[in-house]
Amino acid sequence: MNEAVIEIVEPQDKDTDAEPIVVARAVYEHPFIVRLCHWINTVALFVMVGSGLQIFRAFPSFGAKIPQKDLLHWPKAFAIGGWLGGALQWHLTFMWIYIGTGTLYFGYQLFSGNYRQVLFTHRDIPGVWPMVKHYFFFGPKPPLREAYNPLQKQAYTSAIGLGVLSVLTGLAVWKPVQFSWLAWMMGGFHYARIWHFAVMWAILFFVLGHLVMVILHGWNNFVSMLTGWKKDPEY
Amino acid sequence: MKNQSAKNNDRRISDRRMEEKKFRGVTRRELLKLTPVVALGAFAIPGLQERLLKKGLGFSDWASAWLFRQDHFAPTFDDADVAPFAKFPINGYDVDDPGVDFDSWTLTVSGAVQKPGEYKLAQVQALPRIRQNTRHICVEGWDVIGRFGGARLSDFLNMVGADTTARFITVNCADDYYESLDMATALHPQSLLCYEMYDQSLSREHGAPLRLQIPTKVGYKQAKYLTELKVTNVLEKVGYWEDQGYSWFYGL
Repeated sequence: MNEAVIEIVEPQDKDTDAEPIVVARAVYEHPFIVRLCHWINTVALFVMVGSGLQIFRAFPSFGAKIPQKDLLHWPKAFAIGGWLGGALQWHLTFMWIYIGTGTLYFGYQLFSGNYRQVLFTHRDIPGVWPMVKHYFFFGPKPPLREAYNPLQKQAYTSAIGLGVLSVLTGLAVWKPVQFSWLAWMMGGFHYARIWHFAVMWAILFFVLGHLVMVILHGWNNFVSMLTGWKKDPEY
Repeated sequence: MKNQSAKNNDRRISDRRMEEKKFRGVTRRELLKLTPVVALGAFAIPGLQERLLKKGLGFSDWASAWLFRQDHFAPTFDDADVAPFAKFPINGYDVDDPGVDFDSWTLTVSGAVQKPGEYKLAQVQALPRIRQNTRHICVEGWDVIGRFGGARLSDFLNMVGADTTARFITVNCADDYYESLDMATALHPQSLLCYEMYDQSLSREHGAPLRLQIPTKVGYKQAKYLTELKVTNVLEKVGYWEDQGYSWFYGL
């Protein structure tokens, strides 16, 4: 991580031998592929959730068709596609974009080794409790040595896992015959549809927490997902 | 960052230090690299949106056809898992009973077949009878396990001398519904010309006297009240719901 830290210095004559004055530090935190996938996936996830909720509106229940007991009536204003057929077009188009960016992200993280930045492992466990104390019980801020603290790693690792689950449960709903083994693992088509819905809410829960933290961490942190460079990192 | 080591290295690794102006240039270039994301905005342009979504749906259909395996069976269920007949939903696009006259009913077979003509229900029923408990899945999201009986569509196609290298089967219905199938699905062993549900003759609401029952397809592909069947290489009509914007292949 340290290799990527640079110092931003005041303009200086070429001939001078004096130490330049450092005005800020910056670190290259998010490689291009990660940023690209992040933003394409932001759009794709938005469309998948919006169209998915419109699809759900066609049969807003997880029980039998007869008698039909509706679970919740999702407002049309917060859905994409206008009707079931339109929503399916959006869903079946953007799922390829969603899967595409997911695959690209996975491949990149794996082969570049950059996964170490986000992957929560057993080594992060000791740091969990101090971070929880800091976030929720006004405890002192534990010293940071890398881009993400253990709780962040846990959140991002979970989110990536949920992304994979959203695709797997979706495949079981879309192709319960060709992927009958997948649907079977989820309890059959009927339950795969419930899992798919549940995974969506789990992802939305992550997104909510993510947005809150982004707002709390301020501008420099947000900009780093656009330019890759984070000014004045906390470590 | 350790200040000590930075001091030792700064002369040699000059790119570890840069002026604000240069840093701004670097970050601007990094930001510009993200412009491909803006291409997604094409989906917000009204005329383009329709075409792109059609392409997306078409690609999904292509993938569906590619994923389809003729030797892979849809799950079948024990009699105990079958929903009561009264709880099997009746779903039509128009009327539940188009008033078919059973006595004069025939299935008109045409297209790439050696023996075109009018076929009586008894001729379909003379073919080996298949009985299967399978899951019926509606595009809306509900599903129900039912019991179906009928003749294999492949057996019927064999009887009429159909050219099974043709690409499509199209059907017309007494309620003016119309549908089309890929040949691979039509030849699947679980694809039935169905005349029975729950060991009883098909009721009018469920598509009497003859309907398609295809456990590898979503519900709207399984047309009811069949009157015409054609084997063809050219799709003149695709399907009622497909014309409204639904997927054509929609294989499960």
